Amino acid sequence: MFKQTKWMTVALILSLAVVTAACGNNNNSSSNGGNTASNGGSSESGSDKKVTINFMHLWPEGVSAGQNKIVNQIIDDYQKEHPNVTVKQEVLDNEQYKNKLKVLSASNQLPDVGVTWAAGFLKPYVDGNLFTPVDDLLSGELNGKFVAGTTEAYAIEDKTYALPLEFNIAPIYYNKEIFKKYNLEIPTTYDQFKTVVKTLSDNGVAPIALGNKDRWTGSLWYMYLADRIAGQETVANAITGKAKFTDPGLQQAATEVQSLVDANAFVKGFNGLSNEEAKSEFTNGNAAMYLMGTWDLPNFTTNEDIPQSFRDNVGFFKFPTVEGGKGNADSWVGGPGVGLFVSENSKVKDEAKAFVQYFVTKWGEKSVTGAGVIPATKIDTSTLELPQLYIDLFNELNKASSITLFADVQLPANAAETHLNMIQSLFGKAVKPDKFAAEQDAAIAKGN
Amino acid sequence: MDKVLSNKKVIALYILPSLLLILAIVYIPIVLTGYYGLNEWNGIGAMKWVGLDNYATLIKDEDFWKSAGHSLLLAVFSMVSLIVYLVVAMVLAAKIKGANLFRKIYLIPMLLSSVAIAQLWLKIYHPTNGIMNSLLESLGVANPPAWLAETDLVLFALFIPILWQYAGFYILIYYAALKNIPSSLEEAAKIDGANSFQIAWRIKFPLVMEVVKVTIVLAVVGSLKYFDLIYVMTDGGPNGSSEVMASYMYHKAFKAYDFGYGSAIGFFLLLICLIATYIIRKATASKDTIQYS
Repeated sequence: MFKQTKWMTVALILSLAVVTAACGNNNNSSSNGGNTASNGGSSESGSDKKVTINFMHLWPEGVSAGQNKIVNQIIDDYQKEHPNVTVKQEVLDNEQYKNKLKVLSASNQLPDVGVTWAAGFLKPYVDGNLFTPVDDLLSGELNGKFVAGTTEAYAIEDKTYALPLEFNIAPIYYNKEIFKKYNLEIPTTYDQFKTVVKTLSDNGVAPIALGNKDRWTGSLWYMYLADRIAGQETVANAITGKAKFTDPGLQQAATEVQSLVDANAFVKGFNGLSNEEAKSEFTNGNAAMYLMGTWDLPNFTTNEDIPQSFRDNVGFFKFPTVEGGKGNADSWVGGPGVGLFVSENSKVKDEAKAFVQYFVTKWGEKSVTGAGVIPATKIDTSTLELPQLYIDLFNELNKASSITLFADVQLPANAAETHLNMIQSLFGKAVKPDKFAAEQDAAIAKGN
Repeated sequence: MDKVLSNKKVIALYILPSLLLILAIVYIPIVLTGYYGLNEWNGIGAMKWVGLDNYATLIKDEDFWKSAGHSLLLAVFSMVSLIVYLVVAMVLAAKIKGANLFRKIYLIPMLLSSVAIAQLWLKIYHPTNGIMNSLLESLGVANPPAWLAETDLVLFALFIPILWQYAGFYILIYYAALKNIPSSLEEAAKIDGANSFQIAWRIKFPLVMEVVKVTIVLAVVGSLKYFDLIYVMTDGGPNGSSEVMASYMYHKAFKAYDFGYGSAIGFFLLLICLIATYIIRKATASKDTIQYS
């Protein structure tokens, strides 16, 4: 018996030793790796040594076919031009991508190149010293190539940490056929808009498709109402903490949201529907309007999976102005979508940066025709054959008086969560506008 | 072979790989989670030691206790449904026609992945063109509820697929236990004039009691840490009315970037599960196991 326990103890100690040793080794090798990487990176540049760039992105073939094709094209071309470089892709779906990025950064194993969002999303990664500044690219060959106001969203304390790919604004898309059937005009004022909602609702048509399970979708409605009533500056300041959400205009916007809910403006069960489900309500012709970013343009222009008859019937209008409100119709909610970062601990930092520069430039050329999205780099639409809807929105974008970045992107993670939860509660009438405002102010004041 | 296995060195060698695995995959992460829970950490940057601050916040966190209440409610429902599963298993174990087919039918949900089940039930619950509401409308209900969007209904709407998902599992366990009862006991009882209900209650139930105890622990602990369907179907919403402890932990750690607090919730959840297991074991402990043969 004694002998047995002795052996068990030995086995236990041995196993513990192996595990702790393994952990220790891991730490050493990664820190060593970091050192050699920075040395290696500088000495290797220019040489023809074989390098592999790990690239993680969020355009799976099934969900974003257009984007996926472009990514593969660009990588193929790049590899042809740089025979020593191999780009290894890892593709994940949006939410999984965010989670994986998080887990990888906790263990300091980020891919060399990856996709990130702006402002609030970016900040913890920059604070954790995980992304490398790309200002050298911006002042180099890419100087002046980006649309004004896009790269700024990725800048923290005067350094830019990612290069944007897309630039979006959010119009209200509408179904022309439904509007014609009920003799409706495009509303330019909020009162007209409410009449449209009432007419549709009285006739048993769901006026607006909204998937508020995802919460940021409802945030768009609130932000526009806030912008039109209280003015763009007030909204922007409230988000950065310089003004309060208790501002009477912003509270009135929250009250308006609830009166839209009372008027049955949104599809039934919107708080339980995802954005995808809501979108299909719109594309099936069950709902007349849908407020969404220009990233969805392909679904209304070139996507063959959606019937041509529907795509021909989609128009858009700007969010109507509110009588007596401070906002104007050319003020948009939007901003740069995703951008590319280079990992600070990458062993092939120089090659990765060169690849990012190439990717951003090519993306600008190809994404317009290939995926039908609006890139963050300047493009000349006059020489390209594009759908009218795309051109109209592109022109609106260039006329914009201001573009307010999506609140949940701009806010730091914790405050963004509070904002989104409050939005869902506001739409579900679980909070009153004053509590809605107070909770958000408290979260923003905490600053995390 | 016996000689080899009596060699203690060999025993040690054989258990080492699985010991290492279980340490690396289960126990070390638990210790680490406990450690993270004592820090303020956003999951990326440096950690800041805060001692028990996270737990102090947790005790006063209304949202957490609300989600804990939902988890507890699910545990109660799971336990109650065990009775139904046992009855079904008894019927299936009796020699009736088609028992084999029914057993397979009940087992099928268990073979589907949680995400597939979630997608299926999302379609069923769809407020305008789901089967559920189409059925209700055809029965003359004027304005059927939007199941997953109603704060006071959503939790129960979620319980149905969750319980349905695991029904086959428990029925199968009970079925196997019931099949292990020697038929001689049942025959003897019949000769003594016992009816079917008496046989089920006096003979079969006491004999599968040990299995029932295990399933109670499984059902309660499984419910307390339940996550999958809720995450996919409602993500805890609307307004946190379907949030459970595990989804709350996920939101805090991965959405609000509060890994320290998330870890504290995770560790607390572990404690709750351990305590629940202990209480159930105590409550169901019997001095002697019943044996009729």
